[in-house]
Amino acid sequence: MIQRSGVEVRLENLVRRYGTVTALDGLSLTIAPGELVALLGPSGCGKTTALRLLAGLEEADGGRVVVAGKDVTGLPTNRRNVGMVFQAYSLFPHMVAWENVAFGLQMRKVGTEERKKRALEALELVGLGRVANRYANQMSGGQQQRVALARALAIRPQVLLLDEPLSALDAKVRARLRDEIRRIQLEVGITTLFVTHDQEEALAIADRVGVMQLGRLEQLGPPTLVYTRPATPFVAEFVGLTNRLAGTVKGGSVEVRGVQLPLVQPDIADGPATALVRPEAVTLIGRGDAEEGPLVGTVLTVAFLGAVSRVTVDLGDTTVLAQMPTSAASQHPAGTKVRLELRSDPVLIQREEPASAAS
Amino acid sequence: MAVAMRSVQRTRRIKLQVFRIVVFALAAVFFLIPLAAMVEFSTRGINGERTLEYWTSIVQYPDMIKAIIASVQLALITSVAMLVLLVPTMVWVRLKLPQLSRIVEFVCLLPLTIPAIVLVTGLFPMYIWLGTNVSDSILTLAFAYVVLVLPYCYRAIDAGLGAIDVKTLSEAARSLGASWLTVMWRVIVPNISNAILNATLLSVALVLGEYTVANVLLYSNLQVELVHLGRANAGVSIAVAVASLMFAFVLLVGIAFVGGRRRRTQSEAVTNLGKGPVQGSAG
Repeated sequence: MIQRSGVEVRLENLVRRYGTVTALDGLSLTIAPGELVALLGPSGCGKTTALRLLAGLEEADGGRVVVAGKDVTGLPTNRRNVGMVFQAYSLFPHMVAWENVAFGLQMRKVGTEERKKRALEALELVGLGRVANRYANQMSGGQQQRVALARALAIRPQVLLLDEPLSALDAKVRARLRDEIRRIQLEVGITTLFVTHDQEEALAIADRVGVMQLGRLEQLGPPTLVYTRPATPFVAEFVGLTNRLAGTVKGGSVEVRGVQLPLVQPDIADGPATALVRPEAVTLIGRGDAEEGPLVGTVLTVAFLGAVSRVTVDLGDTTVLAQMPTSAASQHPAGTKVRLELRSDPVLIQREEPASAAS
Repeated sequence: MAVAMRSVQRTRRIKLQVFRIVVFALAAVFFLIPLAAMVEFSTRGINGERTLEYWTSIVQYPDMIKAIIASVQLALITSVAMLVLLVPTMVWVRLKLPQLSRIVEFVCLLPLTIPAIVLVTGLFPMYIWLGTNVSDSILTLAFAYVVLVLPYCYRAIDAGLGAIDVKTLSEAARSLGASWLTVMWRVIVPNISNAILNATLLSVALVLGEYTVANVLLYSNLQVELVHLGRANAGVSIAVAVASLMFAFVLLVGIAFVGGRRRRTQSEAVTNLGKGPVQGSAG
């Protein structure tokens, strides 16, 4: 086994500027020992910058990086004891897999025999013991990233940093490797920061997900909480799909097309607002041929996504997305009239002119 | 249909092959006829008989031997100095100062646009000072030669660095605990070995064939000595010219062979060791 205990990592009020652009604007984040935190956000939100500051690949303009209680802000990368897997394939092309994995051990002056033993052990951990003598160009993308993971873990780092390691892989390999990364992380118990723009990846494997925008953390919490109780409209719209429906806030709830829905922020002032409703909170009940009303509309499209389907319903003045099991969706082909029902989950409110399309 | 396609492809292959052979033969004739003429001239006796007299008398010209040794030393020093100067600079510019890449490229390519005679006029005062205060050894020519080979070597090394992800590889090595020196020596250099080999070949060939700078600065390298000897004894001069061409050819093939053997050894290791079945999981 490579390692069994993680350390606490603290990013304290980190600031990073590139000329006039502020990439990180006072980011603070504490990662518990052995925890996997995923930073999620659109391109340019600062998530990779945060990871690179933790790795020591860039210097902060302000704030501190504390690993295991020690301030490492001024330490160069090669003295930080972090393992890192990069987005681009980063295996050294002139070395075979086990030599790649042993490189970090060699830098730590580990003896030849011990080095090889530990390199092979790390390769076994990622299930690639049998390709130890292959060069990078003889391995698939997935294998290369697994060897890179073994290389990062072999040095027994205090922190594991994953910088979009799956983004260059095809969907099937990505899903498999994602689960494998989680298995290994749990097995090794290493504190891990995972940076991704893929919300499915982040929600699937992280203990906590941090959603970033404009260099700041918008929300940090367990995946289910981030999804079901987004702290801000940005989080609601970035994580998962959201319907933006016009409504009126009154007395701690919002009325949307005749339906009263509870609020995530109950202290919000009364008045017109846009309610952000998840597609899975929208259900289609029966055929609405003979009915009229604000929640009766016509099915525009049915998008088959495998086990679930996404149905777009035209309500006349707006369109609404509904997500449901494919078996249920198949009862409402395009062109049929349906009546919608909104589940009374707490919804977020956005104070702006309501938009007509679902985002 | 498929048979017809195969037939067309086969005809194309044959035509291409014939074209290649013709081009190769023309190039060979172009290069070999002057060489053959030189060999013929350098082995022609006074009465038209064949003799190796000019060839055997090369050793009777100690200045020529000295010039050959000096040129080889210069080729070696220039190549090493060029690599030490150029490789770390270019890597650093790529990693840390990409905004300077155009300026560095411009500076490196500048000698290409300046005629050697103009360059040497500029260098002359410096060499007078060097000769008076430091050393008047012919090896000081290496300073000028490093400048002369810069454009060619820059292009070769730039192509090598462009073929690898220098940033990611060096960051990966750094995160594993490598110092910058280790990154350079253990990660970057092995992966641009072809480019380094090409740059070395170019700089060796250029230095062995250099005449203008050495002659104007009053140093006797191989080419200068050849010209001197040519005035005194044309037969010996041509014999030395052929010998130096053969020497340069052998040297360049030798350098290429050493580089090639290293790559072959690596690929054989892959063939022998990498035969285990690939595990069929992710990827």
